[in-house]
Amino acid sequence: MRKIAANPKAVDTGTHFLDGNHAVTEGGLVSGANFFAAYPITPSTEIAELFAERIPKIGGIFIQMEDEIAALAANIGAVWGGAKVMTTTSGPGFSLMMENIGLAVMMEVPMVITNVQRAGPSTGLPTYVAQQDMMQVRWGSHGDYEIIALCPDSPQECFDLTIEAFNLSETYRVPVFIMIDECIGHMHEKVVIPEAKDINVLDRRWYDGPKGQYKPYKVGKDGIAPMAKAGDGHHMHATGLTHDERGYPALTVAQQKIVIPHLIDKIKNNADKIIKLEETDVKGAEVVVMSYGITSRVAVRAVQLAKEAGIKVGSIRLITAWPFPEKRIKEVAKDVKAIIFPEINMGQMVLEAERCAGGQCKVVSIPHPGGDVHDPDDIVAAIKEAIK
Amino acid sequence: MTETTAEDQEYADGEDFIEGNPMANFLRMERMPHIWCPGCGIGTVVTSFAEAVKKSGIDMDKLAVVSGIGCTGRVAGYVNLDSFHTTHGRPIAFATGLKLANPELKVVVFSGDGDIMGIGGNHFIHAARRNMDLIVICVNNFTYGMTGGQVTPTTPKTANASTAPHGNFENAFSLPFLADACGANYVARWTSLHARRITGSIQEAFNKKGLSFIEVITPCTTLYARRNRLGDGLDALQYYHDKSEIKHGADTREVDIGFQDKIIMGKFVDRDNPSFLEAMNTQFSTVMGDDYQLYGKTECEGDCGE
Repeated sequence: MRKIAANPKAVDTGTHFLDGNHAVTEGGLVSGANFFAAYPITPSTEIAELFAERIPKIGGIFIQMEDEIAALAANIGAVWGGAKVMTTTSGPGFSLMMENIGLAVMMEVPMVITNVQRAGPSTGLPTYVAQQDMMQVRWGSHGDYEIIALCPDSPQECFDLTIEAFNLSETYRVPVFIMIDECIGHMHEKVVIPEAKDINVLDRRWYDGPKGQYKPYKVGKDGIAPMAKAGDGHHMHATGLTHDERGYPALTVAQQKIVIPHLIDKIKNNADKIIKLEETDVKGAEVVVMSYGITSRVAVRAVQLAKEAGIKVGSIRLITAWPFPEKRIKEVAKDVKAIIFPEINMGQMVLEAERCAGGQCKVVSIPHPGGDVHDPDDIVAAIKEAIK
Repeated sequence: MTETTAEDQEYADGEDFIEGNPMANFLRMERMPHIWCPGCGIGTVVTSFAEAVKKSGIDMDKLAVVSGIGCTGRVAGYVNLDSFHTTHGRPIAFATGLKLANPELKVVVFSGDGDIMGIGGNHFIHAARRNMDLIVICVNNFTYGMTGGQVTPTTPKTANASTAPHGNFENAFSLPFLADACGANYVARWTSLHARRITGSIQEAFNKKGLSFIEVITPCTTLYARRNRLGDGLDALQYYHDKSEIKHGADTREVDIGFQDKIIMGKFVDRDNPSFLEAMNTQFSTVMGDDYQLYGKTECEGDCGE
């Protein structure tokens, strides 16, 4: 895929003091996002507000839609109009987006969606932290499919991973999710934004064949089809129905057996290229603490305390939550006594760790119903209990 | 599945359609035959649309059709244009994004009453309020046809439907009144008997800025008409002929349709309020001055439809 330089007008080069939400917007702008349809919702609204402030002077559209259903629909339409698209939401809005997330998956539309997680269910604790949508992002829309979800744990990483999210989304023609949480969204830290020339973003895979012969789902050598935009003269068609490579409805079992494995395999078969983990002292560890997002910041303290108590403890931070790092967790499970998994939900990603561990080691969930972060001592207590 | 005969294959290939068929350029002939029932009015509306495209000389490369789900929702799949078949009720929201991302496109939403006014009603009222640069063609068949004849927000009172088996007692939306009240620049209504009138309205809408809304009354003959013992497609046309009345400029508060009652048709609203893009460009230029570069081509500034 062609690398292109970032648009200098969109790059606020320098060293800043930003919160995670602000950093996501800056990451989107440098990635070339020029369309953003959204509906306001705490604690994610700042991402939309900042985009609305910045985009008219850069060249692009912000539109506040009537709900999140419409926001996602407009965003998908905008991609077919040629735009690079981002949006944001939180729990209740994420639930409303599910319908058209399915359409984005089925139409294979690249876009970046940030979910600044708050505590649910329903209206729950709108201004308080949680990590409760980690399974919803994977399974929330009906039918079988795969998506990519990233979990930054600092404002700097919010900026960096938003660029990464755009590049992944263009590479695999799939919606990519940035799963932050209220704490990361509202935490201020140093964020360095490089010069435009030093930021490489991947261009869309544009179709460059003859006019009128474009087939929106005819895959290239790497298993992904290039894109075109409405107005280019191809008279193309796209649908949420099961379709053939022309995009025409093909309502047969035979075609379903082509389309669904394609949606899954384009992510699964590239999982090694997509997945990023941060590992610390895993080699020789008796216990490994797994975490992501704000919980990884708490885990750092717990690991430090456990080490001070003489325990051999390592840590694994999920930067990519989905696809889940199956292979690596299977390996690690062979060598450790236990995996300790704190998360601000009642045990979601821990189920994946448990599945991958396959009984080779203990897998201990440290649940939290949401509203604040873990007490590091609770994690330390679990580590001590696990090595008894 | 029975075996495909050579004749079937020829039919499926569309060969006997293509030669000399005036619609051949406009339709995806390889997708014929379509799914619509004998007596259905949707095909008439598509023909009228094709006619309007031809007569207006509009660039078919810059014309896009967006549909939702349902019988009329299948229009996007048949027209030989950039076309999108979206989720149930969401074509207007989808079209909003498509139009704003690529303002040089003419974007037409082609869908049914259940789709646009039932599940998607919220998107319609807001698109009309924004005066979004879209043409919305709503084929009103008084029922959810694809799912088997359920009651919709436009089913006339007392009519029978599969989910109103004892007769509908809810008030029906009067779509022109709704579109007018929400701010659409152009509002017209016809029946599927009035094919040339539909063409005329679509041609006018091509030259309008903001949101144009065209309702076409064509009650589903397979489900609505049969269930209510109203006869077949020909009887429906007879009904339109006998009970319709053209009243251009009629007060939209007075155009609601009762069961087998008269149908007031015509062009009810034709105004030139600023469209979404015009209003956005005006506001941003005023506030930001030279820092703001006008977005897209603001439509209808002198050379509409040229």
